[in-house]
Amino acid sequence: MWISGPVVRVTTHQPARMMEMVFVSEERLIGEIIRLRGDEAIIQVYEDTTGLEAGMPVFGTGAPLSVELGPGLVSTIYDGLQRPLAKFVERSGPWIDRGGRFPSLDPVRRWAFRPATSAGITVEGGMVLGTVQESAVITHRILVPPRVRGTLRWLAPEGEYTVAEPIASIQTASHETTVTMRHSWPVRMARPVRRRLRPSIPLLTGQRIIDALFPLAKGGTAMIPGGFGTGKTVMQHQLAKWSDADLIVYIGCGERGNEMTNVLKEFPHLEDPKSGRPLIERTILVANTSNMPVAAREASIYTGLTLAEYYRDMGLDVAVMADSTSRWAEALREISGRLEEMPAEEGFPAYLGTRLAEFYERAGRVETLNGQEGSLSIIGAVSPPGGDLSEPVTQQTRRFVRCFWALDRELASARHFPAIQPVESYSEYAQDLLNWWLDHEPEWARLREHVVDLLRRDRRLQQLVKLVGEEALPDEQKLALYAARLWREAFLQQSAFEPIDRYTTVEKQLAMMRVIDHWYERASELIKRHVPFYRLAELPVNERIMRMKLTPNEEAATILHLVQEIDTEMETLAQSLQV
Amino acid sequence: MRRLSGTACRGLQELHGPLLVIEGISGAAYGEMVQVRDPHGELRYGRVLEVRPQAAVIEVFEGTAGLGLQDTTVQFLGTTFELGVSPEMIGRVFDGLGRPNDGLPAPPAVVWRDINGRAINPLARDYPREFIQTGISAIDGMNSLIRGQKLPIFSGAGLPHNELAAQLIRFANLPGESQRFAIVFGAMGIKHDEAALFREAFAISGLQKVAMFLNLADEPSIARIITPRVALTAAEYLAFDLGMHVLVVLTDFTAYGEAVREIATSKGEIPSRKGYPGYLYSDLASIYERAGRIEGLSGSITLVPILTMPNDDITHPIPDLTGYITEGQIVLDRNLFRKGIRPPINVLPSLSRLMKDGIGAGSTRDDHAHLANQLYAAYARAGQVERLAAIVGEEELSVVDKRYLAFGERFEREFVAQGPDEDRSITATLDLGWRMLTELPKEELTRVTEEEIKEHLP
Ligand SMILES: Nc1ncnc2c1ncn2[C@@H]1O[C@H](COP(=O)(O)OP(=O)(O)OP(=O)(O)O)[C@@H](O)[C@H]1O
Ligand SMILES: [Mg+2]
Repeated sequence: MWISGPVVRVTTHQPARMMEMVFVSEERLIGEIIRLRGDEAIIQVYEDTTGLEAGMPVFGTGAPLSVELGPGLVSTIYDGLQRPLAKFVERSGPWIDRGGRFPSLDPVRRWAFRPATSAGITVEGGMVLGTVQESAVITHRILVPPRVRGTLRWLAPEGEYTVAEPIASIQTASHETTVTMRHSWPVRMARPVRRRLRPSIPLLTGQRIIDALFPLAKGGTAMIPGGFGTGKTVMQHQLAKWSDADLIVYIGCGERGNEMTNVLKEFPHLEDPKSGRPLIERTILVANTSNMPVAAREASIYTGLTLAEYYRDMGLDVAVMADSTSRWAEALREISGRLEEMPAEEGFPAYLGTRLAEFYERAGRVETLNGQEGSLSIIGAVSPPGGDLSEPVTQQTRRFVRCFWALDRELASARHFPAIQPVESYSEYAQDLLNWWLDHEPEWARLREHVVDLLRRDRRLQQLVKLVGEEALPDEQKLALYAARLWREAFLQQSAFEPIDRYTTVEKQLAMMRVIDHWYERASELIKRHVPFYRLAELPVNERIMRMKLTPNEEAATILHLVQEIDTEMETLAQSLQV
Repeated sequence: MRRLSGTACRGLQELHGPLLVIEGISGAAYGEMVQVRDPHGELRYGRVLEVRPQAAVIEVFEGTAGLGLQDTTVQFLGTTFELGVSPEMIGRVFDGLGRPNDGLPAPPAVVWRDINGRAINPLARDYPREFIQTGISAIDGMNSLIRGQKLPIFSGAGLPHNELAAQLIRFANLPGESQRFAIVFGAMGIKHDEAALFREAFAISGLQKVAMFLNLADEPSIARIITPRVALTAAEYLAFDLGMHVLVVLTDFTAYGEAVREIATSKGEIPSRKGYPGYLYSDLASIYERAGRIEGLSGSITLVPILTMPNDDITHPIPDLTGYITEGQIVLDRNLFRKGIRPPINVLPSLSRLMKDGIGAGSTRDDHAHLANQLYAAYARAGQVERLAAIVGEEELSVVDKRYLAFGERFEREFVAQGPDEDRSITATLDLGWRMLTELPKEELTRVTEEEIKEHLP
């Protein structure tokens, strides 16, 4: 036996399989076989290996690392191996002791099951057998497990059942299968769908810079790269709180314990704007914090994704936040290093790109096996060393995602949040979502284009300012700079912590966009009529525009009063100057 | 792990840097402590880093200098590295491995604890929210310290981080709570006079409740990987067994990181950045994450690690990885130092992530968050203007920009700078912040509300 950190090499006497889950030592620490060579197996151990000795037994399970799926997942916080953290508290108090093995779903809790079909029909994987009200907002559909096909012999009547009790039996070609509300699924295997659909519906987030400039589609992928303290986690929390998904799976992968605690304390008290219910009722948490074993960090991403896919299969829009995918990549690197594999860039294994591709490919808007529409969106934080975006994880991830929300250190230092760099960032969904916006808010696309153009122009002008100073510019250019500043400060900047500002409805976003756009349009006319720029910069209405974000969502319409105020003030100004 | 003491073994195969490889043994456990007896009968301590068939790789904390392959024996101790903790650690001085070095016998252990600790279950944590007044405006006003936070000081060679830490220790002692307040100080590779400065600070503050773990610059470097862990093991006992509020100051993490790198290099591991091993992030996290509060327990661990950024480079792996783990950072700046600003805290790259939940009505003042934001935005703009002025000349600046320039200067001279003995209350700090804002046109103050302006702007 050979032990180095989370990697253990043993001689096996029984047949073993790749990716098989095993138990190491009498303490039964959970591990997974990651390499087989002759009679030697290499195991990554998901728990602290301190104290393991040569000659300790290893027990095979014959099954790959899997999660349990069924009612009871929602509102729960799990570790990376889907063990409920609450069970650890019962077992060892505030500190996590290794070796805990607990059922992921409560085996004794009874759920009110309502059948949705009746015996006698032919069923196949994905069909809805019945429903359980899992939380006030999640109607859990009990599905025929994927790959099962046959005649429904028996379906349980309406009543209360545990996840272990039979609720149906299906006669397949070879045998009769009993179906319970719980089934297990290997975490590293994507769950099947009927077909993929184009992501063409926005995931509305209530975050102005995202919805308006760099939108995410339901079923889309996004990355948030940024140095420490630039706002990745706050952004992930914002999306988990306010986006219009049906279910959120939040994966804290190798990050701070307090951040998970924060979610746990806050989500029961925050209201989902869609349902009016506490956010925790539509949230599942997977926490493998930075001080928890590193190999389990690697697994936690897959655990979270599989839970998300399961709910997507019920026809829900699910969004997964993974904070931070860099820590997952580092776990890969650590294991790879201990295996003495040939590294590619910066010590990362050559298969980093493949793994990232597999991960983000599990996102998508799909037609489920039962013909419903569901989606799984993935938003991954990336923590580049030294904030340097040319590093391998950022670069590799970029190949597989379609939204790039790059966080900027300078914006973050000025406390301009979200610190998304407005020119380098992009969303490839903007185009795909055009039709949706045309159907819903026909003006949106035009306004968006105006902001994007103006911000690009601002970027070029800023270069010029750095050479000659702002005073040397013609008034028309000064105006463009000023308008860009209005966009940035009055619209793009949004505080995650101000109760009014943290979430903005589409209606309010639109009103704000109209106001700034109108200001610039009218001001440009006046500049053409030789009104000096400084007089426009002094208009009292400007300050009110700067503060319009503090108008509550419900009063969004009143923001449009500013349009008249702009007209009045500018008219008066023009008249006073007799232009 | 076994509790039996193993037999002494010979069979050293290799000595290499701080590492020792021993063969012909069986039953070594990963992470097990060993005792190494050198040719003169002196004892050193080590730990199993890797278990191989019939062999083990051991890191020797005191280094391998003077050891030979033939005449060295290794004894496996059958336990992980443990520290005997007790209330009597307070007031004592230990070496970097937790052995007394003040000439007194070891305090009798109430209980033995594995120095690696265990991960706090996120579900059992209590979210830190209690504001600690340090008396320093740049911290209290802009980057508030919260009880149970891990907030490092990022410094550079020759910058006054020790003075800042000493100032912080002196004032952070809450009146009326001194019975429940203790300091644990861990030194990794700092100089004797630096250690002396801290002792002095403890003495001045009248703090009796200090436990010190010292591994100084001339002491074995490998032992530094143990020092923060013994210090935190002591702190955990004081905080979570005895219910004390413990402020842990650990310095210097750059020296710590170098010790980790030394072992990794000797093992021939594939490095990630600048020769540091890829697991340095997890390693540092296993230290920093021990700070915090726990639901249902009354104590707390507030952690202030200090590190010197090599070459003042904040992207160097040690500050970088630290920033990715801790709940913010206080950054000292050489330019401010040259300008004579003391303490030379640059608030822009500084951050306190827990500030938002610990300030406001009921703890500091309701305008605190907005005011801090406004000061940040304005100071950032002042910096841009200053850079611009350096290129285009001050005359080319707009009227508003010139006022930002004036604001920036005044902010540094009056708000950030303060005397070593000047203990500012939070109200004084906030009022001072508002006074700084009078340098700017009122229309520029968009981060504060109109009501706040009416109420607070002088
Ligand atoms: N939208 C926002 N509104 C207000 N403040 C914000 C916002 N985003 C970030 N911040 C501030 O920035 C701090 C750092 O943000 P955050 O913790 O999200 O950084 P991070 O990028 O996740 O850093 P790390 O990589 O170290 O985890 C927060 O504590 C908060 O003070
Ligand atoms: Mg973060």
